[in-house]
Amino acid sequence: MDKKKRRLISRTIILLLLGAALVFALYTNFTKDKNESLRKGSEAPNFVLTDMEGKEHKLSDYKGKGVFLNFWGTYCKPCEYEMPYMENQYKNFKDQGVEILAVNVGESDYAVNNFITKHDLTFPVMIDKGREVENAYRVDILPVSFLVDKEGKVIDIITGALTEESIQKHMERIKP
Amino acid sequence: MKEVKCDCGHVNPFGTKICGKCGMVLGNEKENQLIDMRYEGSARRSQTYKKTIIDKIWNFFSSVKVGVTLIVIALIASAIGTILPQEMYIPSTATPAEHYELEYGWFGRVYYELGFHNLYSSWWYLIIIGMLGISLLIASIDRFFPLYRSLKKQGVTRHDGFMKRQRIYGVTKLEEQDINLEEVKDRLKRQRYHIREENGHILAEKGRFSRWGPYVNHIGLIIFLIGALLRSVPGMYIDKVLWLREGERKEIPGTNGQYYLQNNEFTLEVYDKESEEDKQYSAAIDKTGTIAKTYQSDVTLYERKGETLPGEKVDLDKLKDYKIKVNEPLKHDHYALYQVDYKLDELSTMAFNLINKKTEEKYGSLKVDLNNPQKKYELKEGYSVDLISYFPDFEFDEKGEPRTISKIPNNPAFIFKMHTPDKPEGEVSFVAIKETVEPLGENTYKMAFNGVETQDVTALTVRKDLTLWILFTGGIIFMIGVVQGSYWNHRRIWIKRKDDEILLAGHTNKNWHGIKRDIKQAIESTSLSEPMDQLEEEKSSSKGEVLNG
Repeated sequence: MDKKKRRLISRTIILLLLGAALVFALYTNFTKDKNESLRKGSEAPNFVLTDMEGKEHKLSDYKGKGVFLNFWGTYCKPCEYEMPYMENQYKNFKDQGVEILAVNVGESDYAVNNFITKHDLTFPVMIDKGREVENAYRVDILPVSFLVDKEGKVIDIITGALTEESIQKHMERIKP
Repeated sequence: MKEVKCDCGHVNPFGTKICGKCGMVLGNEKENQLIDMRYEGSARRSQTYKKTIIDKIWNFFSSVKVGVTLIVIALIASAIGTILPQEMYIPSTATPAEHYELEYGWFGRVYYELGFHNLYSSWWYLIIIGMLGISLLIASIDRFFPLYRSLKKQGVTRHDGFMKRQRIYGVTKLEEQDINLEEVKDRLKRQRYHIREENGHILAEKGRFSRWGPYVNHIGLIIFLIGALLRSVPGMYIDKVLWLREGERKEIPGTNGQYYLQNNEFTLEVYDKESEEDKQYSAAIDKTGTIAKTYQSDVTLYERKGETLPGEKVDLDKLKDYKIKVNEPLKHDHYALYQVDYKLDELSTMAFNLINKKTEEKYGSLKVDLNNPQKKYELKEGYSVDLISYFPDFEFDEKGEPRTISKIPNNPAFIFKMHTPDKPEGEVSFVAIKETVEPLGENTYKMAFNGVETQDVTALTVRKDLTLWILFTGGIIFMIGVVQGSYWNHRRIWIKRKDDEILLAGHTNKNWHGIKRDIKQAIESTSLSEPMDQLEEEKSSSKGEVLNG
């Protein structure tokens, strides 16, 4: 009788362990994104970059505000496409506690300054010279925008060109 | 569930077919048939209870039929995944939904709709593999322990019925003289049999450990599966590419900013048929053209001091200089950097002279850093050049406007504005490689090309794989199991002394010829009669029947 009980317990434990291993395998496989990008809901990696006017921006200083973090390049057409819309929405939302940080993927000052002048951008634009921020955010395809909420969590990651309407919608989502 | 008590007094668990001690047949198998010796006729655990849900699940996974079915399903599924390329192998620019239909028609569409384009990471495929692993483990547990126990407990004296129903069996009638078995024992010992004796009966056994082969093999397989599973755990496996120009220093991706690498120089060396050393290869060089000898990156590895945020200025400690060559990666702290690609002679600077088109008089020269150009270049007094636009990788777009398709200076083009004392407003000139356009009318001055500087770029693979040693261990254990199970046989010979006869029986898990030879050698020149192979006997007798019939 005792033996039988022991056997039942050991079988249960072994089956539970194996079941847990299987669930774990499925879980890690499905939370892993195809381009190994950041997970939604995870903490946005902190960084410090200096914008083109010489002002330092530390992401953690924006706690309490929503941050629309955009990665872009001057050679990337869809990036250029969404820039004017970002500029428009920036004007609408900057008083409502949503900031735009536009991180260029390591181009020259010359190229970025020319681009800012061309599109009359007023939000902070910064160059990630060492590609470190890009690595931290595992940026693969441009453009990509990370929606960081007031707690500093990445609530969504959007790749591809955005329309003005969708930018507005996303800004609403991170409005504190 | 009642236990079964044998005539010899040994108590066997329910489901036992052959008494663990004396070998008497407990089941109701037909008389005169050879005994099925699999798992020593012990009670496989799964067959004993069929009660709770746990037991039912356990029995399911313990079944060999279920295991084989899972293997077959996994095989078929894996094969289906190779019919069309998986999603990761199609061009990254293509939309999968369209790509499969466009390339492979309706079949491609069905393939895509069924999710076969991502088969190996699909939930059902993982579940099949997972269930296979579970089945492997449970089936092994269920068989190993009873088998181990019954081999450990086996008795020397065996029931007559057990002996008679072994495949190899012989009887020697004792007439006047008694047979001395000492000689036989010695010979068996010399053949590396372990001898156990009990009341004059003998059990000679060798190679029992070969029976554990399959279980060792399964343990290896399970370790291998665990290793494969751990690959998807963050931090266990990294595979990234790092492009570095000569002179450039960057963070090594995947190291969370801990390590930086500087490319000091990249060298591509080719075989030179003129040189003394490589003369022997001249025929091959003539045949195929240039042949690379080495790809080498001279690098310096740095480690970050203290904690800094990405983008922040870092203090670096130099760790070491290294020459990375093919198959000679730079290894440090579980990371390995392999030479994987290169680009020779990427443009780095381009120099121009400002000249008068007619007189060709020179008014100064400037050098544009293609990765970091300036807005304005001052020449001698009264002369300056503005860089209005710069396109590192120039091309005309659909509307005929110049644009750049990347930030890499593969095909640089410039729009200059040249200010001179006689043209203070400036003249605009569009300069690309081998092409100058004057969009706003005829100019007096031009930017004359005055040479380039280039640098090489190296590409390194950043690899970290903490699962490798697990896979390796699993693989080795797997092979040990295979060897253990296939190159050794478990042979047993029973000799039972009775009043007027001596019974001899033999059993092996494989290679019956081997055990027959062992017996023959052991009983040679004694008056013991050579045992018969009852299975062959049966075959030949049934053959005889056919012939007779």
